[in-house]
Amino acid sequence: MYETKYHKASSVADAVSLIGESDDGKLLSGGQTLLPTMKARLAAPSDLVDISGIANMHGIKVSGSTVTIGAATTHAEVARNADLQAACGSVACLAAGIGDAAVRHLGTIGGSVANNDPAADYPAALLALGATITTNTREIAAGDFFVGLFETALSDDEVIVSVSFDAPSKAAYAKFPNPASRYAMVGVFAAQTANGARVAVTGAGSDGVYRQSDMEAALDSDWAASALAGVQVGSEGLLSDMHADAVYRANLVKVMAGRAVAGCA
Amino acid sequence: MTEISMTVNGKAVKADVPDNTLLVEYIREHLRLTGTHVGCDTSQCGACVVHVDGKAMKSCTMLAASADGADVTTIEGIADGGLHPMQTAFKENHGLQCGFCTPGMIMTATDMVKRYQADGKELTEDAIRHELEGNICRCTGYHNIVKAITDGASKMTNA
Ligand SMILES: Cc1cc2nc3c(=O)[nH]c(=O)nc-3n(C[C@H](O)[C@H](O)[C@H](O)COP(=O)(O)OP(=O)(O)OC[C@H]3O[C@@H](n4cnc5c(N)ncnc54)[C@H](O)[C@@H]3O)c2cc1C
Ligand code: FES
Ligand code: FES
Repeated sequence: MYETKYHKASSVADAVSLIGESDDGKLLSGGQTLLPTMKARLAAPSDLVDISGIANMHGIKVSGSTVTIGAATTHAEVARNADLQAACGSVACLAAGIGDAAVRHLGTIGGSVANNDPAADYPAALLALGATITTNTREIAAGDFFVGLFETALSDDEVIVSVSFDAPSKAAYAKFPNPASRYAMVGVFAAQTANGARVAVTGAGSDGVYRQSDMEAALDSDWAASALAGVQVGSEGLLSDMHADAVYRANLVKVMAGRAVAGCA
Repeated sequence: MTEISMTVNGKAVKADVPDNTLLVEYIREHLRLTGTHVGCDTSQCGACVVHVDGKAMKSCTMLAASADGADVTTIEGIADGGLHPMQTAFKENHGLQCGFCTPGMIMTATDMVKRYQADGKELTEDAIRHELEGNICRCTGYHNIVKAITDGASKMTNA
């Protein structure tokens, strides 16, 4: 790992000023993506601003149907939160399936969303639920936030403070994990929301997470796994790699969408 | 350089370390506690698992500076006198061959047993296999590790 300067931020304002003063600094949350990248010498930030200790970036609040999750909340905390399990069990269950127990004790929702790995799990949930990403300067709709592979609408030095969404009436996430990395080869989050059926796919798109609108239309007229039978999923625009080619992924999108809808609670 | 202080296996320790020092480097190279192993460069093998404030974490994927003020337990710190019940279970069930992965397996195992006990959930064979997702063993084929954890869990409950 290249040399770097470590700072511990005490508040969001402190983090913003530390990162602003740095040459080429990066925020450090759980470090479960950034540190492996630095160890591989694929990133060499001049400064690391640790935001994991900022108190008001932690925790989960459910008020009425609105769920707000602090950006520094770990995957393990999301998975075990009783209020969230009651309001929106699908998101708790998704968090319980990220990586392994040790990764979940450190990795955070803010880091995952900011990184926008095309195979990450949270982006599918946030896109399907029409979530709002709140930063130190503004609110960004999930639909505008996830821009492309590892690309988001965040500007340099912008800090995600929390994410929020309305609990759907039904939702489920079905993931086909890559047997080696446990990241999603294909993951589908299906939800019945106030704005209709939502189906978001991760792991498959060559531009990252996306909505499968033909499936949403089919589910709007009939909310059942069988309603997806007639939807054709093409392989154009899907990822092909050593683990799965685009045709195989296209088939997985359909299979996982069926499982998600069938598993909805 | 950053000055850090923490508790490791019940003992207060303090040092001035370069900011890019990983927790595992601090544990192995500064404290000379070499029971914690490094088996990969990609955060995937789990040989380096220690407990930080009571939770299993990969010490190769955490900065020593981030653990400032924390309470850290390594494989050297779990036994109280003889062997920890989970260590006994690994020994009795032949849960290791070369032993390289074993410290991480045991730290992961005691963490999962504590979590399942706290939640009042049954630690089934399926659950153990799922919980071992972050720990790789090149020797055993996992079967005896799973048996050892099942046995260790009941030993910990009855201890
Ligand atoms: C072995 C292993 C398996 C994994 N498996 C999965 C999996 O199955 N599914 C999955 O989705 N993920 C998986 N991950 C990734 C894991 O979920 C990471 O925790 C997550 O992607 C990044 O979160 P973090 O808190 O660790 O972020 P960090 O690594 O600290 O940061 C990641 C990036 O986000 C930026 N950032 C962090 N926080 C903020 C913020 N609040 N505002 C703005 N920018 C910020 C950082 O500057 C950095 O660029 C895995 C990781 C490992 C090591
Ligand atoms: S050495 Fe830490 S996960 Fe392999
Ligand atoms: S016993 Fe050799 S790696 Fe597990």
